[in-house]
Amino acid sequence: MTRILIGAGAGFAGDRIEPAVELIEKGDLDYLCFECLAERTIALAQLARQRDPAAGYDPRLEKRMRAVLRPAMERGVRIVSNMGAANPLAAMQAALGVARELGLKGIRMAAVLGDNVLSAISGQDHPLIDRDGALADLNPISANAYLGAFPIARALDEGAQVIFTGRVCDPALFLGPMIHAFGWAEDDWTRLARGTVVGHLLECAGQLTGGYFADPGVKDVPDLARLGFPLAEVSEDGDAVLTKVAGSGGRLSLASAREQAMYEILDPARYLQADVVADFTSLSLTELGPDRIAVSGAQGHPRPEKLKVSVGYRDGFIGEGQITYAGPGAVARGQLALEIVKERIAMLGLPVEDIRYDLIGVNSANVTAQMGDPAEVRARVAARAPDAATAAEIGAEVEALYLNGPSGGGGVTTSLREVVAVASVLIGRDAVSPSILHEVS
Amino acid sequence: MRLRDIAHARTGDKGDTSQICVFAREADHFPLLERALTAQRVADHLAMLKPRRIERHVLPNLGAVNFVLHGALSGGVTRSLALDAHGKTLGAQLLDMEMGDA
Repeated sequence: MTRILIGAGAGFAGDRIEPAVELIEKGDLDYLCFECLAERTIALAQLARQRDPAAGYDPRLEKRMRAVLRPAMERGVRIVSNMGAANPLAAMQAALGVARELGLKGIRMAAVLGDNVLSAISGQDHPLIDRDGALADLNPISANAYLGAFPIARALDEGAQVIFTGRVCDPALFLGPMIHAFGWAEDDWTRLARGTVVGHLLECAGQLTGGYFADPGVKDVPDLARLGFPLAEVSEDGDAVLTKVAGSGGRLSLASAREQAMYEILDPARYLQADVVADFTSLSLTELGPDRIAVSGAQGHPRPEKLKVSVGYRDGFIGEGQITYAGPGAVARGQLALEIVKERIAMLGLPVEDIRYDLIGVNSANVTAQMGDPAEVRARVAARAPDAATAAEIGAEVEALYLNGPSGGGGVTTSLREVVAVASVLIGRDAVSPSILHEVS
Repeated sequence: MRLRDIAHARTGDKGDTSQICVFAREADHFPLLERALTAQRVADHLAMLKPRRIERHVLPNLGAVNFVLHGALSGGVTRSLALDAHGKTLGAQLLDMEMGDA
């Protein structure tokens, strides 16, 4: 085989489903990959699994499978997804259930296991890689290593048509099918890097085809409500052409491809993945025609010695309250509202660890500019506290402004949530041993 | 002239680190972008973030200047109290930068 077609069916857990169905029906695909696992999602999924041993996989898995299984199997499209989250085995069982419910017999499914390293790291200490501190400072509820593409490739070698992983490097979902189809070696750094770059370009799905890109009058994108997701025609040497289904919404341009190429890779000369270190400094993106971009030229370096592990831990509670002021003097009244809450918190001696006072519409997100008086503002107070009761007081104090605060306040909302934070450490590869389980519907 | 007149940007995050990549809209503008967009000017424009460290990477092959702002996101999306906990709006705010005489 000299060329394979890989599509991106989802770029995050909350993504739309129609573009995936459209890709299967009109994209002539060999593989469709669904990337549905954000940095923090897996820790939350581990909590869900602790409450229910059959849970912990993507809550939209059944919905997605109902939409795509039949058309994918009819057209010979194999599916790879990290929708397994904290429980790939239960994800596979759930997908088998959907297949049986749809009367689809004989589908070969697989679960990639082994990313859960919580027991392996317990009692060990490692420095945190993105900030000061060490593992010993945290009380982990989850620890998941970023696996590479080779277990996915092996599952495909062994005949799986639908594969669920837990934590793997996002581009590995796409690199796995390339390794399987082309037989790339574990030390073929150039091809692994090129395949990784293609996977990275695809992993956020609609972000490549004009989603998260439009800026009216500056960067216009047509028909965003019907945004089409991308596919790549990948050749044996790892170079590829990116495109989308004809007639779908969005636009795949040099500019949208450049933005996605650089998205969240940090140092472009050293994009660290479990299988390879990819170097984007020699990457070439070329426009071949409308919605057709050629990708070539990335370089590869030997894979890192250690694997990244995402550690989830409980980190207190966040309480929040918001109230809106409109009309003349809105900013002054919003500011007064914030000052009242500030004084109340001091007066009550609430043991909050960290607190923020924002005027939405003025300075809640904007860190750069000064603004005049807008037509409306929303005063917001958010605080972290060690216990839920203290955090809940923040919302209550904002709500009390209805009858005790500045004039004309409305639309109070309050929220309270437990914080599951993540931190990252590095561990030796010998602590991780991926395995694959197969089952047929 | 503002940066937005000649550039576009994409912002992402990894933990407590923000990454803002700025791209020349036309190839002709890249030298100006490279000259004007120093790490110091970005640090000054986004000073309220108080990043621990800023890295700058220049990519002529993509017409891009990339900034990695370590420790800029109040702990990152899982623990930040910010309304925009990912810091996803920062790139657009950087585009508001006045280019001056660069």
